Amino acid sequence: MTPFDEMLLGEDHVREPYQRFFEWFREQDAEGLGAKAAEAEAFFRRTGITFNVYGQEEAAERLIPFDLVPRIMAKAEWDRLAEGIEQRVIALNAFLDDIYHDREIVKAGKVPARLIEGNEAYLPQMQGFRPPGGVYTHIIGTDIVRVAEDEFYVLEDNARTPSGVSYMIENRETMMQMFPELFAQNRVRPVETYPHHLRRSLAAVAPPACAGTPTIAVLTPGIYNSAYFEHAFLADQMGVELIEGSDVSEIDGRIHMRTTEGYKPVDVIYRRVDDAFLDPKMFNPSSVLGIPGIMEVYKNGGITIANAPGTGISDDKAIYSYMPEIVEFYTGEKAKLQNVPTHRCAEDDSLAYVLEHLHELVVKEVHGSGGYGMLVGPAATKEERERFAAKLKERPGNYIAQPTLALSTVPILVDGGLAPRHVDLRPFVLVSDKVRIIPGGLTRVALKEGSLVVNSSQGGGTKDTWVLRD
Amino acid sequence: MALLGRTANGLFWMFRYIERAENMARLVDAGMRISLTNLSDEADEWQSILVSAGVEAAYRAKYDDFDVEHVLDFMLCDRDNPSSVRASIDIARTNGRMVRTALTRELWETVNDSWLAIQQRLGKRITTRELPAVVDLVKRQSALMRGAFHSTMLRNEIFDFCNLGAFIERADNTARILDVKYWLLLPEHSQVGSALDNFQWVSILRSVSAHRAYAWEYDGEFRAVNIIDFLMLNRRMPRSLAFSYGMIEDSLKFLDRNYDTNHPCRQTASAINKRLTDLTVREIIDGGLHEFLEQFVMDNNRLAQEIGQNYRFYPGA
Repeated sequence: MTPFDEMLLGEDHVREPYQRFFEWFREQDAEGLGAKAAEAEAFFRRTGITFNVYGQEEAAERLIPFDLVPRIMAKAEWDRLAEGIEQRVIALNAFLDDIYHDREIVKAGKVPARLIEGNEAYLPQMQGFRPPGGVYTHIIGTDIVRVAEDEFYVLEDNARTPSGVSYMIENRETMMQMFPELFAQNRVRPVETYPHHLRRSLAAVAPPACAGTPTIAVLTPGIYNSAYFEHAFLADQMGVELIEGSDVSEIDGRIHMRTTEGYKPVDVIYRRVDDAFLDPKMFNPSSVLGIPGIMEVYKNGGITIANAPGTGISDDKAIYSYMPEIVEFYTGEKAKLQNVPTHRCAEDDSLAYVLEHLHELVVKEVHGSGGYGMLVGPAATKEERERFAAKLKERPGNYIAQPTLALSTVPILVDGGLAPRHVDLRPFVLVSDKVRIIPGGLTRVALKEGSLVVNSSQGGGTKDTWVLRD
Repeated sequence: MALLGRTANGLFWMFRYIERAENMARLVDAGMRISLTNLSDEADEWQSILVSAGVEAAYRAKYDDFDVEHVLDFMLCDRDNPSSVRASIDIARTNGRMVRTALTRELWETVNDSWLAIQQRLGKRITTRELPAVVDLVKRQSALMRGAFHSTMLRNEIFDFCNLGAFIERADNTARILDVKYWLLLPEHSQVGSALDNFQWVSILRSVSAHRAYAWEYDGEFRAVNIIDFLMLNRRMPRSLAFSYGMIEDSLKFLDRNYDTNHPCRQTASAINKRLTDLTVREIIDGGLHEFLEQFVMDNNRLAQEIGQNYRFYPGA
């Protein structure tokens, strides 16, 4: 079956949102566009927009390939998605609050207790604690895929530290520099306001100890982290400090940063350091990336940590399969965005089914990320499937399985013109005094023909994503 | 907005290494010219160049000879030598990445661009034939970085920490160059005034890109007192010790005023600067040129450490 293409329905029917773009595109010559593509790459390299690949010394810094053809969404399409996303992030925060307090949802029998207590992402240190403003997950990147005109699925709720937002902004910047005329012809909603929204959103959840205008900082593991460029980019765009663990200390119950003028208190930390490394006093004692004592300061109202520690329990792949129940439980409405039907291999019937249908399923590790611990059944060899089946039987609770979705395609620029490639979408959402959703997001595209893996670590690229105003 | 101590440290070292990269390239250039004249023992020349660069011990640990190819590779391309042009630019850019938020987009992109260009050029061994083009590339990239710095950066404390790094490094470099050849400038030697010596002096001046400027300032005659005056005390010469210390003292004064402080490092810098103002060339020679320069390099290092302490460059401060 041919997957749904977001630009072209059949030979010459161009879908509505792409019509202006397509007219423009037909007038361009291939050589000129090829030159623009090279120009874009040079631009990314010069600005240093790179990501680090672990374990590859020579290619320590690599570019994520950028494709010039934008992914375009009509207003109505986006509005529907945005509504569903808003409902979902509200539910995620309510779920976290409930999990770390009375666990009504467990009592109601909607989510099994073992998935909470036995979960690595659950932090007992957070039990009974409510963060400033009652917000747990402030910054979310909801991964969404599309399979038909009206059929969208949420693939993952990245509720810990989603990355990629800098690419969303730089992709737009690049497109505007290279093809200003396109933005005159199409009314595209801006995404470059994201850092401004992020700053406001973080300032709105300052801790009780904060007096006056909150001081915000971005906490990075340092320049060797794969997303360092993004950390620096966000700090720069927000006009706040970019700090490392060694820059701050706990003094008199507050977190202070060491400046050239002495120690100054910090009110809100947007941390891009994982839970386990956040506070060596409370979690991994060998961590040098974190801030000793920050958890105690946090619990005494001396600082806001975004996202809160322990939010991983809500985007865990095992919890994911309960999202329809979770959304309904807290919002009282049916989920507006669908979940991908998910087989929990921990359950015997499901495991049997999954083992029998490996060739048509995608199997994922419950705690994995980056696409490393997964099996794409239809693309795997018989031998690979057998090897994976053995792992599955050994620790079934570690895996979930989903049908292979026929992800929608959007054309990319190739030598011979346009060629369809599979895409997904990560819109970025900010939760604070209100929910702020930036219209658009990061479109990741599998550059290899037929491939469904869009991860940048495995040959994926990105596209500028347009949401039209009308 | 407050400036992190670590950021100030990163800015300081970023500019020390930008300066160092250029100095290395220029030293190699000067050494090459001397060795091409066949007037002196080539090995001696390269050795003194390595001493000026402060990398002689590291070089000897790796090579037994002073083969020109080895020297070029060590000073330009070798990543094991942290002061090689390639390593210096690498460190400068790593620091730049660390302090990215403190830099203008123009400056960061120029540094990144220069890094790309130099990494690419120095990724393989450089032959003597290629050397002029390589030295030229390094000088031009340095000029671009400095230009982006001066034309786009706000004159605030960020600027001052960069400036301090550049001039501490430059003062160190000029003092070392002089110290390696100090005996050439001593009275008993300069009376000889042979052609060889003239050439040596030109090479010293060339290594700080000042052989033409010297001619403008001192009517073209090479006299020991004039060369010492030019490289140490002349405040119009941008690579002289006095010029560097004028910049250093200014930056530290701006910082003190900005923060409303009175840090010991400024007093240290003022004392060094005062000495460069009060002393005459004659007095320096009579007191021992070598001793003076040795003391100067130590004082300069001490000042760098003091700046780091006073402005909390490191944890625990």
